Amino acid sequence: MREQKTYMLNMGPAHPAMHGVVRLVLELEGEKIVKTDVEIGYLHRAFEKHAEAETWNNVVPWTDRLNYVSPLINNAGYCMAVEKLAGIALPERGQYLRVIASEISRVTDHLTCVGASAMELGAFTAFLYMIKAREYLYQLVDQLTGARITTSYTRVGGVKADMPADFPDKCAEAFKKVREAVSDTDKLLTKNRIFMDRVDGTGAITKEEALSYGITGPFLRSTGVPYDVRRAHPYLGYDKLDFEVPVGTKGDNFDRYLCRMAEIEQSLRIVEQCFKLMPEGKHSLEPKEMKDAFEYQDQGKHGETGLLAKYKAKVDQTLQGGQRGDRPDVLVQDPIFVMPAKEDAYGSIEGLMNHFELVMWSWGIKVPAGEAYSAVEGGNGELGFHIVSSGADRPWRVRCRPPCLYIMAALPKLLNGGWVADVIPTFGSVNMIAGELDR
Amino acid sequence: MIAPELRRCAAANNVEELKALKEQGYNVLVDMTAVDYLGHPKPPIGERFDVIYQVMKLDAETGKDGGRVELHCGVGEEPVLRSAASLWPVADWLEREVWDMFGVGFADRPRIKRLLMYEEFQGHPLRKDYPIAKRQPLIGPDSGELPESPSFNVVRPTIKYD
Repeated sequence: MREQKTYMLNMGPAHPAMHGVVRLVLELEGEKIVKTDVEIGYLHRAFEKHAEAETWNNVVPWTDRLNYVSPLINNAGYCMAVEKLAGIALPERGQYLRVIASEISRVTDHLTCVGASAMELGAFTAFLYMIKAREYLYQLVDQLTGARITTSYTRVGGVKADMPADFPDKCAEAFKKVREAVSDTDKLLTKNRIFMDRVDGTGAITKEEALSYGITGPFLRSTGVPYDVRRAHPYLGYDKLDFEVPVGTKGDNFDRYLCRMAEIEQSLRIVEQCFKLMPEGKHSLEPKEMKDAFEYQDQGKHGETGLLAKYKAKVDQTLQGGQRGDRPDVLVQDPIFVMPAKEDAYGSIEGLMNHFELVMWSWGIKVPAGEAYSAVEGGNGELGFHIVSSGADRPWRVRCRPPCLYIMAALPKLLNGGWVADVIPTFGSVNMIAGELDR
Repeated sequence: MIAPELRRCAAANNVEELKALKEQGYNVLVDMTAVDYLGHPKPPIGERFDVIYQVMKLDAETGKDGGRVELHCGVGEEPVLRSAASLWPVADWLEREVWDMFGVGFADRPRIKRLLMYEEFQGHPLRKDYPIAKRQPLIGPDSGELPESPSFNVVRPTIKYD
């Protein structure tokens, strides 16, 4: 009788040491991995199919759910692709707000990745430091957009609100705490013998292999290729900002960890520069410019609409910029793409007609027929959107190029020949986000 | 701003074209996807599906993008395209996704496996004639019959649920 040498081990879809729902079927010889099969799709939510059934702006909330630790980058990436096809040029302050939002999101993405993969190696303290730091940034995102994770901050043609007046000060405060947390984690992990033994030299990939798999982002940069979409194709005014692209040498888990830690600092620097460079704008309405909704209602009962023209309705700061006439410096003022202010829609016939033209079935925003590909640097790499329009009020096709799919395709290459214990740090450094991978 | 150069080629020649591009220095397969033009008011191609390969000339030393090419291949229902997995290994997964979502097959991959959907899924969800609210038959132990899966997963549930 022939002795069987290998056996199968099923890791996932729900395994405590894997962040995300993915199934790895490992063929083992002792503790050595002979063959790996990666099975994905457990979080498929039909993003691309749904996008074909929504109007151009209604796709934005779906993009929050792609990479849910850095939703603002997805928002900006999708809207930039639509704007490219429609030929819209953004106001300068709106561009800077998108950069600020994207970079804060990039930091939350890297903090989650480093923290979670450290926790899976047993460094629970580092995880708590990182998640606490991420919480400070989520609070900033909350002040900017009104939500922590489901942000939906951008609109076709700009962003929905300017930042609060005290946002730069709040950022300075939060960044101080983030820098402290990063430096504490750095002291805990970077020269830690236990951590080094697990990550140094494991999961290594060469430049050529990484390129053949189409890998981008920190994963590619750790192998020494300084490709960054923000540098190779500067968008949103990244060419005016001063930042470095940290690269590694060996392409192993430790280099990826170092790259992400260095990128956190660069992203924080970018946000600080944006506050200095961005043109002045109106943060929020003065209390004397606003009236409570019930006052309009009382007047309306008497057939009076005079208040509508004079005052704005009292709403939260994060809702004050999504309409035309509110914030010309963060949102384009094109009546074809942007809704009129509610006061205008209720108070004048032109506003009312414009409003209905934008919300009626098969009217709405019309993006000229054609196709466009646009990419931004996401937390994991090049996040591309390939958009096809038939000239209708909704997309014909939205293709999202998820950066971590390419890394997951290369995962068998990284794991085969290694030990079972190396699965955890390697998989952690991939930073698989199932929402983006499975769409 | 990324502005890929658009090229068209016959679906039967896709591998030759991609190979020629790779020899010209386009070393990264950025994306591969498809578009279903069924019912489109003004389809840019005669065939139903447009399969799009995007390749990039990336300088590994400087990280500069030396230009991109989008190769569009029009295909119908028949599997005419051939697999590009020998040029770029990631094409394996991207082709599986295109098959999964659009049902665009590959002549040299007759037993291609779905990527995102499960084996027993019926139809191809990103086709324009697949209704968005379509329901799928129940599979697994609750449905009473065991799934006939050709995949590696040979572990069958042995517990009978009442």
